[in-house]
Amino acid sequence: MRDTSTFYYQQKNSTGSDILSIDFAGINLRNPLLLASGFLGISQEIFNRLYRSGIGGIVSKSISIDPMEGYKGPTIISTNEKSYLNAIGLSNPGAEAFSEEISNNLTPLIVSLVGSSEKDFPTLIKKFDSLNILGYEINLSCPHVAKMGMEVGDDPNLVTKIIRTVKNITKKPVIIKVGVGSTDVVQLAKTIQDSGADAITAINSIRAMAINIETGMPILSNKIGGLSGASIKPVGIRCVYEITKKVDIPVIGCGGIFSWEDVIEYIQAGACAVEIGSVIGNKGINIFQQITRGLLKYLNKKGYKNIMEVHKLAHKY
Amino acid sequence: MPININHIRTVKIEQEIKESPTVKTFMFKDPIAFRSKPGQFLMVWIPRVEELPMSIMFSSKQEYSAISIRKHGIGSTKLFDKKIGDILGIRGPYGNSFTVSKKLQKNVLLVGGGTGLVPLIRLADFLKRNNIKYTLIIGAKTKEEILFYNLAKQLVTNTQCKVIVTTEDGSFGIQGRVTDGILDIIKKENFDMIYTCGPELMMKNIFMISLENSIPIQASLERYMKCGIGICASCCINDKIVCKDGTIFDQKQLSKMSEFGKVFRDKSGRKSRY
Ligand SMILES: Cc1cc2nc3c(=O)[nH]c(=O)nc-3n(C[C@H](O)[C@H](O)[C@H](O)COP(=O)(O)OP(=O)(O)OC[C@H]3O[C@@H](n4cnc5c(N)ncnc54)[C@H](O)[C@@H]3O)c2cc1C
Ligand SMILES: Cc1cc2nc3c(=O)[nH]c(=O)nc-3n(C[C@H](O)[C@H](O)[C@H](O)COP(=O)(O)O)c2cc1C
Ligand code: FES
Repeated sequence: MRDTSTFYYQQKNSTGSDILSIDFAGINLRNPLLLASGFLGISQEIFNRLYRSGIGGIVSKSISIDPMEGYKGPTIISTNEKSYLNAIGLSNPGAEAFSEEISNNLTPLIVSLVGSSEKDFPTLIKKFDSLNILGYEINLSCPHVAKMGMEVGDDPNLVTKIIRTVKNITKKPVIIKVGVGSTDVVQLAKTIQDSGADAITAINSIRAMAINIETGMPILSNKIGGLSGASIKPVGIRCVYEITKKVDIPVIGCGGIFSWEDVIEYIQAGACAVEIGSVIGNKGINIFQQITRGLLKYLNKKGYKNIMEVHKLAHKY
Repeated sequence: MPININHIRTVKIEQEIKESPTVKTFMFKDPIAFRSKPGQFLMVWIPRVEELPMSIMFSSKQEYSAISIRKHGIGSTKLFDKKIGDILGIRGPYGNSFTVSKKLQKNVLLVGGGTGLVPLIRLADFLKRNNIKYTLIIGAKTKEEILFYNLAKQLVTNTQCKVIVTTEDGSFGIQGRVTDGILDIIKKENFDMIYTCGPELMMKNIFMISLENSIPIQASLERYMKCGIGICASCCINDKIVCKDGTIFDQKQLSKMSEFGKVFRDKSGRKSRY
């Protein structure tokens, strides 16, 4: 049973209004800060800790039907102070173990799913649909695992098939996560909207590489990985801006958010909420509280009643 | 420009020490790890093979650091097989460190098993330099597998400190497990802190003993690690992120960990029992 009184407390500002609370695709959150998939995303006890530390919502690690060990190390390296390159190889405990992990979940949790064809999804949804979760994010954009993620996202027919399959078997909101692949992201977003998805997350990490110059060797064991963090923020902003110009379903902004200023920028570009990941490697999990404080200060100073008053501001110009 | 410790630094193995048939120490120049605190670890890149967390070992040479590797699975065996002149990559130091208060700590006990002794040797060196009395218990299965005995003896010269060895087969020192030797010593000495690192079930036993005898304890936990910087959660135990919140936890934290000595997560993140 949900313990609504103690766990789902609302974060009110000084005047008592829900200045940060947001509502999109049937999902209601106390603030727009979500944990990006792949960060601290496998443990219920850590979800509880993140929620206590002020996060708005949580997206789990992308879960596949079977457990995956991922690639050998190095799987995560840093390319500069605020950016990372990863090829984890979608390591995850698998649907069976993860559904058990979150069987008593009380946090606002979105389960991220990954599969190689539409046939994987009925099995995945069956494992999670009766649990206390807000909805699903489908990862169609992992840049470094063959036949899963980006290769799926770059095939519009497969994208449509997956969305239709999933929408047919669940009533929960379905969010599709896109990245920068070979298909134009705006075109892809249109396909996603037309296929019936409820929202889009943009963007995933971007295919990238790093070489150790002493040895000439690629550093990641998988050689190619996904770039995240500050280096990709302008690309994320551009994608959210262009997508929200062309589609009407809500878009969650993701990529390189390190501060409350970055959150405002994404929302002004057209995001209805944001996902945050890499900054945790620099600032730890207390960053969510810090960003929330910064947002409240800014909104109060500007005299806004709710953060969504800055939504799409950049589209006016 | 400040150094980004998350950036892989290449180092050359300049010296190696055979500690036992299955354990080797490699020394390399790295001023950053040389200045790390006792208990911290590095992520060590074995080029094109693996990246493994390794505790930072004591190095007597200024600006140099070291790691001690037990030949175990594929990754550590490839690392063990490296030679002088070979290149490794390192990043870090990561994790917290053993806390020592000069006011509160007058007489402490260090208990280690296997490569868990690595951070304790650096701690012993730190204690020696700060004139804090300690007793180090080295646990091993057989005489052949005793690690760092000579080095530990060197560290205690001219001090009131002690090194005690326990072997399971009785081929050297006290016969039994480290936990067997401990009770007698605890009764005789008046320890105000226990520091431990080694196999988790050993640490769990020592933790129970610390509770029964009302002695505070700090234990360094080991979990499967991928990032070392607190973003992937592969290392989590209950709601703690071992690479970032730890690796060293105190009595109060350990008391709240239902998974301590019971549950760990495998490479996929699934829970398994010890
Ligand atoms: C903070 C920290 C410090 C460490 N310090 C040292 C050190 O100073 N010297 C040293 O020799 N080793 C140390 N280790 C252990 C080391 O990182 C490797 O886990 C170990 O060498 C096995 O790696 P492998 O690739 O050879 O094993 P694999 O081939 O990956 O696996 C062999 C077996 O070991 C198990 N295993 C792998 N990694 C771990 C793990 N982290 N915890 C428990 N079981 C595991 C696997 O499940 C498997 O059963 C440390 C680990 C941590 C987390
Ligand atoms: C270590 C790591 C693991 C990730 N795992 C996933 C994943 O499983 N599923 C997914 O959709 N995105 C994954 N991502 C991408 C992030 O969710 C996010 O889209 C990207 O990191 C950009 O956001 P950031 O700059 O705030 O980190 C991962 C990123 C990193 C760095
Ligand atoms: S190893 Fe990634 S969080 Fe600890």
